[in-house]
Amino acid sequence: MQTSPMDQARRVGEQLHHFHGGLRLRHNKKISCEIPVTKTPLAIRYYVPLLQLRGQEAEAAVSVGQKVLKGDPLGRFRHHGSDYMHAPTSGIVSAIALHPNSHPSGEEGRCVVIKPDGLDQWTNLEPIESWEQADPALLRQKIQSSGIVGLGGAVFPTGYKVREASERGIHTLILNGSECEPYISCDEMLMREQPASIILGARILQKAVGATRTVIAIEDQMGAVNTALSEAIRQSGINDIDIVKVTTIYPEGGEKQLVKVLTGLEIPSGKRPTDLGLLCQNVATATAVARAVTEGKPLVERIVTVTGNGIRKPRNLLAPIGTPISNLVDQCGGYAPGAARLILGGPMMGYALSSDSNPVIKAANCILVLSEEDIRPPQPEMPCIRCGECARVCPSVLLPQQLNWSIRNSMWDETAELGLSDCIECGCCDFVCPSHIPLVEWFRFGKSELQMLAEERGKADSAKMRFEAREARLVRLKQERKQRIAEKKQALGNSSDKQKNIAAAIERVRSRKGGDA
Amino acid sequence: MSRKFETAGAPHFPPHTTVSRVMLQVIFALVPAIAAHAWFFGPGILVQIALAAAFATGFEALMLKARAKPLRLFLGDFSAILTAILFALCIPPLAPWWISLIGMLFAIVIAKHLYGGLGHNLFNPAMVGYVVVLISFPQAMTAWLPPVSIAPFPLGLNETFMAIFSGQLPTGLTWDAITEATPLDAIRTSVASGNMISEARQSPVFGDFGGLGWEWIANWYALGGAWLLWRRIISWHVPIAMIASVFLLGLMAWLTDPGSNPSPLQHVFSGALMIGAFFIATDPVSGCTSNRGRLIFGAGVGIITLAIRRWGGYPDGVAFAILLMNMAAPLIDKYTRPRIFGH
Repeated sequence: MQTSPMDQARRVGEQLHHFHGGLRLRHNKKISCEIPVTKTPLAIRYYVPLLQLRGQEAEAAVSVGQKVLKGDPLGRFRHHGSDYMHAPTSGIVSAIALHPNSHPSGEEGRCVVIKPDGLDQWTNLEPIESWEQADPALLRQKIQSSGIVGLGGAVFPTGYKVREASERGIHTLILNGSECEPYISCDEMLMREQPASIILGARILQKAVGATRTVIAIEDQMGAVNTALSEAIRQSGINDIDIVKVTTIYPEGGEKQLVKVLTGLEIPSGKRPTDLGLLCQNVATATAVARAVTEGKPLVERIVTVTGNGIRKPRNLLAPIGTPISNLVDQCGGYAPGAARLILGGPMMGYALSSDSNPVIKAANCILVLSEEDIRPPQPEMPCIRCGECARVCPSVLLPQQLNWSIRNSMWDETAELGLSDCIECGCCDFVCPSHIPLVEWFRFGKSELQMLAEERGKADSAKMRFEAREARLVRLKQERKQRIAEKKQALGNSSDKQKNIAAAIERVRSRKGGDA
Repeated sequence: MSRKFETAGAPHFPPHTTVSRVMLQVIFALVPAIAAHAWFFGPGILVQIALAAAFATGFEALMLKARAKPLRLFLGDFSAILTAILFALCIPPLAPWWISLIGMLFAIVIAKHLYGGLGHNLFNPAMVGYVVVLISFPQAMTAWLPPVSIAPFPLGLNETFMAIFSGQLPTGLTWDAITEATPLDAIRTSVASGNMISEARQSPVFGDFGGLGWEWIANWYALGGAWLLWRRIISWHVPIAMIASVFLLGLMAWLTDPGSNPSPLQHVFSGALMIGAFFIATDPVSGCTSNRGRLIFGAGVGIITLAIRRWGGYPDGVAFAILLMNMAAPLIDKYTRPRIFGH
């Protein structure tokens, strides 16, 4: 009997599946897991970027000199009508100015600079008292106004995601705890230390979107996590949350790969898990939801893994958004000799920062400092020898070497046909390439070119539409004029009759007068 | 104080492998077969390899200079050396020195650099060089030796040098006296003159499956190839498809008429089949890139090889088969693209 994809999707995690390609990488996670998560001490200044990883720059909701309390909105999007970023501590807005903003572009951006008053005083918090009885729409509203985004690194607005999910109809919530990039351990530490908060967040999210079941996906090597989560589930006394262990193969934590592993289904190109009735959220996002709903606290801090051979004492820190990275490094004993590269994120998909004055942002799951030996020395790029390793490891089953060829030769139709838009930029192809071709950089370039072309095509299409409309209008006007002239002529014709009548009348009058005279 | 860092694109890892490491591993995998070659047929192969490698390096350097490419970087990728070794393994051990010169001229200058250099050649350079000399100098290319164990007059290193560089044989010997047809050639001429395969195989040049000595070299190629498979330098698709197609078609022919068709095992262990399957048809640059494409490519090489052996004008057909399939590779690639995730 044929089962529909939706039915198959309902059986999340019952049977595990494989995805194509991927890499088995050395985890390097243990070094940062030895010390419990610690809070960072108060910084001298906080720099909260108005431009986060994606989307447009927000408008500042505060002015310079204004006093703010922890959790007060700092920036908002007028068209969303939602608060987006909140004060990480109480203090004075000392400036709204350009500052390094941890953006992948490496440019500076506008940041709200906060000078703390040292009290770390929360604003008036409005928790939802009995969320079990609350209207799901109210829960979704709270999630949106709390500035919660996906904390796995993609920082997609959770408010948008849950709204869309509730409209589409969701049966299963998948909490993603499979942190597949090497070095990063913030989710692992969170699951070990705050399992109850994750379970609570899962229950709230489940209610907010109308899901009936939650599956928490963790990696098979996370033994302590499994114990902690199972215990928390047992204590909560609910039976609709399951833990599923997945094999650690990078990038199995990617949304599409994880859904494939858990259900055997491929999310169709250009679609989202919601099309299969699934909603994927990171485990840290779930705790943020729990805190927003039950305590009323917006997202102002996150756990950051500070690690790598360039750090003296790697560990996980609970850091307010806006804390300068240098503060985190100092708290971890400073840089080890030979620290050579500062990366926000993991070694596969993270981006290098040019300075540690950049602040912690919501996407900052990891601050990775690598030493000289860890990074590739500048390698000369060789021509592609078509070895096909890139295709073997590509989780999207693309042919990176052919994409590389078509992008370099500006063959854009070919590039689109080869599925560039399905590239998830995981970096596997780049990693294995013996010719050291910066494939992912070429793919990003190709994507932006394709997008530009599409925009240009859109513009050209609308220009064509305008042109055609104008042509039609001109033709219509011409016809109308012709018609008017014809009418006029007819009218003129009529008027010559009139004149004849007049002339005849004058003639009659004249003859009458003449008769009189 | 803020600290500044150099930035670079992801992924942030040291190089996983390099082109030169890939090439070196392929060369390394050829070592056992080269040793076996020297063991069975004397030191000629070593001289030929040195000679071809020298010419290849010279031409490579010349062309890199002419094309204004970084010399050290591209000479260090060992691709020209690999081409030279593969070429040398295809020619008779006592072939005159200018065979290598001409072969490498066509391989490196024309087949490789005029097509755009490393990674851009449509045809396998070693096979282009080999086919050019095979067609142009048939006499010199048939000067194969019998295995040392059954050779009436095995040559030493000095005598080999003399033979290759001056064409001079030790006094009292003639070329006819020391050379011997290859097993494939022997079968061909024997069957052509009306003998049965079994009769042809009475000749001492035959071993258990293929030719005496040859089959052992084939084994070592297979072993080297297995190591490359294990190291993931090559994928299994081409060699398996090629060997399987030769075996199955050879089996069918043999079952229908064992008198005039060699056994499938003889086909597999003769001529350039093993080196072709593991080391030449697997050349990524001139082959197919998708797995399905590789299966078609390998099977194509196998089928054409058998067709040439059976009906063609040459005793072996691996080189021609590979070049013909090289031509088809871009087309095969176009029609065997894998299904993209989510499509």
